[in-house]
Amino acid sequence: MSDSKDSSQKTRQEQGLHDRHRLPGSTLPDGNADKTSNKEFSRSIYDYTDLVFLQKISADYNYTTNLSTIDELLERDRQRSEDGFPKKIKLGRFVKPGRGGKNKIVVVPSTVEEKFIHDNRPQSQEDPEQNSGGSGEGEEGEVIGEEPANEAEGGSGSGTGQGEDGDHEIESSAYDLGRILTDKFQLPNLQEKGKKRSLTKYTYDLTDRAKGTGQIIDKKATLKNIIETNINLGKVSADSEIDPSELLVSPGDRVYRILSKEKDYESQAMVFLLRDYSGSMSGGPTEMIVNQHVLIYSWLIYQYDHQVETRFILHDEEAKEVPDFYTYYNSTVAGGTRVASAFRLVNEIVEKESLARDYNIYIFHGTDGDDWDSDGSNTIPEIRKAISYSSRIGITVARMPSYGVYASTIERYMANSRLLSEFPKHIRMDTISENDSEDRLISGIKNLIN
Amino acid sequence: MELIDQHTKKIMEGCKERARDAGLSFQDESLEYIVTNRDLIELGPKNMIPTLYDYWVHDIEVLKEQGRYDLYPNNPYETVINTHPPISFYNDNNPDWLNVMIFYHVLGHIDFFQNNLLFKHTWGSDFEGQALSDKRLIARLRSEKGRQVDYVIEFARGIDNLVGYYSELAEINFPPEIKTSGRLDFYFDIFLQQKVKVRYHEYQKEIDRYNSVLKKFNKMAESVFFSDVQKKYPEFESLYEKYKKQYQQPPKDIMQYIQENSEFIKKDENRWIQSVMQIIRNTSLYFQPQIRTKIMNEGWASYWHEKLFLMDDRIKGNEVNFARVNAKVTALPRIGMNPYALGMRLFFHIEELADKGRISFEFSRINNARKRKEFDRRTGKGKEHIFSTRENYSDFMFINDFVDQDFIDRHKIFIAGKRLNEKKGVYEYYVKSRDAFEYKQMILTSLYHPPVMTVDREKSRDGILYLRHNFEGKPLVREYIANTMMGIEYLWGGPVMLETTELEEKPKVPAQFVFYYAHPNLQTEPPEEKYQKVLYTMEDRYLTRTPI
Repeated sequence: MSDSKDSSQKTRQEQGLHDRHRLPGSTLPDGNADKTSNKEFSRSIYDYTDLVFLQKISADYNYTTNLSTIDELLERDRQRSEDGFPKKIKLGRFVKPGRGGKNKIVVVPSTVEEKFIHDNRPQSQEDPEQNSGGSGEGEEGEVIGEEPANEAEGGSGSGTGQGEDGDHEIESSAYDLGRILTDKFQLPNLQEKGKKRSLTKYTYDLTDRAKGTGQIIDKKATLKNIIETNINLGKVSADSEIDPSELLVSPGDRVYRILSKEKDYESQAMVFLLRDYSGSMSGGPTEMIVNQHVLIYSWLIYQYDHQVETRFILHDEEAKEVPDFYTYYNSTVAGGTRVASAFRLVNEIVEKESLARDYNIYIFHGTDGDDWDSDGSNTIPEIRKAISYSSRIGITVARMPSYGVYASTIERYMANSRLLSEFPKHIRMDTISENDSEDRLISGIKNLIN
Repeated sequence: MELIDQHTKKIMEGCKERARDAGLSFQDESLEYIVTNRDLIELGPKNMIPTLYDYWVHDIEVLKEQGRYDLYPNNPYETVINTHPPISFYNDNNPDWLNVMIFYHVLGHIDFFQNNLLFKHTWGSDFEGQALSDKRLIARLRSEKGRQVDYVIEFARGIDNLVGYYSELAEINFPPEIKTSGRLDFYFDIFLQQKVKVRYHEYQKEIDRYNSVLKKFNKMAESVFFSDVQKKYPEFESLYEKYKKQYQQPPKDIMQYIQENSEFIKKDENRWIQSVMQIIRNTSLYFQPQIRTKIMNEGWASYWHEKLFLMDDRIKGNEVNFARVNAKVTALPRIGMNPYALGMRLFFHIEELADKGRISFEFSRINNARKRKEFDRRTGKGKEHIFSTRENYSDFMFINDFVDQDFIDRHKIFIAGKRLNEKKGVYEYYVKSRDAFEYKQMILTSLYHPPVMTVDREKSRDGILYLRHNFEGKPLVREYIANTMMGIEYLWGGPVMLETTELEEKPKVPAQFVFYYAHPNLQTEPPEEKYQKVLYTMEDRYLTRTPI
């Protein structure tokens, strides 16, 4: 949690680490001196007494100090699988639906303590109704309230996106989410391309040298300096034996290696997130795709620390680029479906800005598998073109349950085109269904980028 | 975390006096702390016990709750923990009148903790102190054994809901007058009958001899009696010792069984595991009564805060404020269950019943609604009855005994159903039933009830631990079985088997088949649901399932 430092300070304050329990008649400055920072300065030696100073230290046991951070918890989880036990930490999200689509999302770790407990879920299909208590007027059988059955249509997740201030919150919690995913993924097929730029964080190395002070002495360089100094002083000459005990060492002779920050240069990457927001995507599929793209996006901004550029493209019949993830995330569904339009737009952008020369390009496309272009005659050429310059294209098909066993349009024409088998390194497709868990979404990402 | 100020403490002490006068009983001392909401979030996973051992799952809960709090900030009113002295936590900046109400509520809880018999095993010691020493032990073990300690905690917690709470309680509450000594039982039941094989009349003579000794020597009887036995059967004592070793008290639950019989734990280097398991077991035992008296405890506290607040002379003029806050806490919701509301109304209901002498055979035989309504013997036993209810009942008994049709009708309570209306695309909430019996059943099935599991000693052979789940109409949560059993395997140090009952698995009909043949006009009978016994086996962290 980003504000944990502030809050722990606040907590400490609230827990009375200041001198609140003062003895009557104590000579400590009183009242609002508590809040000033220079009270240490104005405190005379006679103000220190055992009672107010010494005893208080041990008495103030703070249980919060033992709280592990999320990183420690994740490290523990990694250790678990090394010890041969299944991982236990999952990531959960709290979503608070807000007016006008300003949903707040907080990402939190969660875990389940498995025990033998009774299963209270309905066991048979006959009576899947839930019951609860109630009170007040009403005949038996009378309906006393209604609630929309599909929350997704009502406004959460894929609802209309308006307003700006929601933006930051998604960004910052997505950052936390990325941390949880980070050890699992790497962008595949990163190639040396054009101008480079640091993708990862800095690395530290003992490369720089300094005279006089430092962490580790560089023996060879130091010896050279000493010899040089002594030659200049006439203490060492070519024809006589060198007696090390006779050598003089000047302070400047010592050479140390010091720790220095090195930027780790890597090739640049640009990620295109494409999403079908046509009418057929309404509800479940949008939810799934958007959730998966949240995960991808979070992972990118965390692991590559905003160094990977991300572009967002929405399409129905026409494709359009949107400026930020927030809009991308929150745009409502619109008209029909032409997948080709999205890839065409990507191709145009890449060409116009000649991105292919300088960037590794990744394209993630989310769809429900529906496309008006029933045989792919428009889409396949565009994808083929994209393959020619991109490092990886990942297509996620969120299947509607109504498809039954039949392949969706996209799945069908992708299979016919043999693109997947022809370019296994460059294009992947993954099919998820509407009720899949977040775990499935994450393994879906793995399928796309491994 | 700091203590409440003197002004507020004085209010608390005033509340204590008035509560005592009304008949509540609790110890004199209590501690009240002001805490921030963040403190409460951090204490939550530790069940509000600040000194509870550290465990990473608690930390996850804290992080989760902090996230939730960021979205849904709320101010919890108060929390009390059953320690000695009892500790309660408050928000800062409550007005005095609100503190009065809250303090009465807290005193209601304290009275309940210290008088309800389900809590009897917590009366003798202060759990907070106990927890602190446990916490230190675990911290020390962690520094020696590393993360192994956390695995043991995790796996022990996996079975900590199966603790033999009622067995412990039964032992504490066993009437001393019928609790005979083990030595006597052994002498008469086993030694004389099976070892010496005395004739019947000799056996009878021994019983007579014991009874006469008992009359003469009273408390010393046993030692006098056995000093004679010693002369006659010099081998008796050693046989008894041997027997005691062999047939010590049978383990009260799976956890204890593992502690005593696991070859893995018996190894010298693993002895410490026992201590950790003991801590987990004790902690679980400590919390068992809480969860079994939720409705009663909250009801009792709400009953008293309402009664005592209105009688309190110090806060005249705040009745309207009180009514608003009190209604938020104790109003029956239109939909949903509120233990405060339900419990409080039931206590008022019971008091009225007893006041009118309606908790009687005579009243229960009356079928005539008008006569029932008019029935009033003016016995005035209401107070007495609710006090004995709070002493002797658990939630189950409370609901089962006192929720009746009169109660349901009076408070217009019903079962609310939720169903999908596909045409309108909405979930509908509707009044499903106003029948007291059905309502009672609904609550009773929702009460905390861990599965009953036992160790089958016959089948636990050759290093196998064989567990049997006593099926009570609900299967176990299947997703949790694997990890729980993996944990047991770790603690047991060998294969673990679990016999349980589950719905029969039906072969799945391929989707195409459904597509072609499931014609809307074709009425098909839904296949019958059948339960069957299955055996899970966990060996080398690998789970198999076979129907038996």
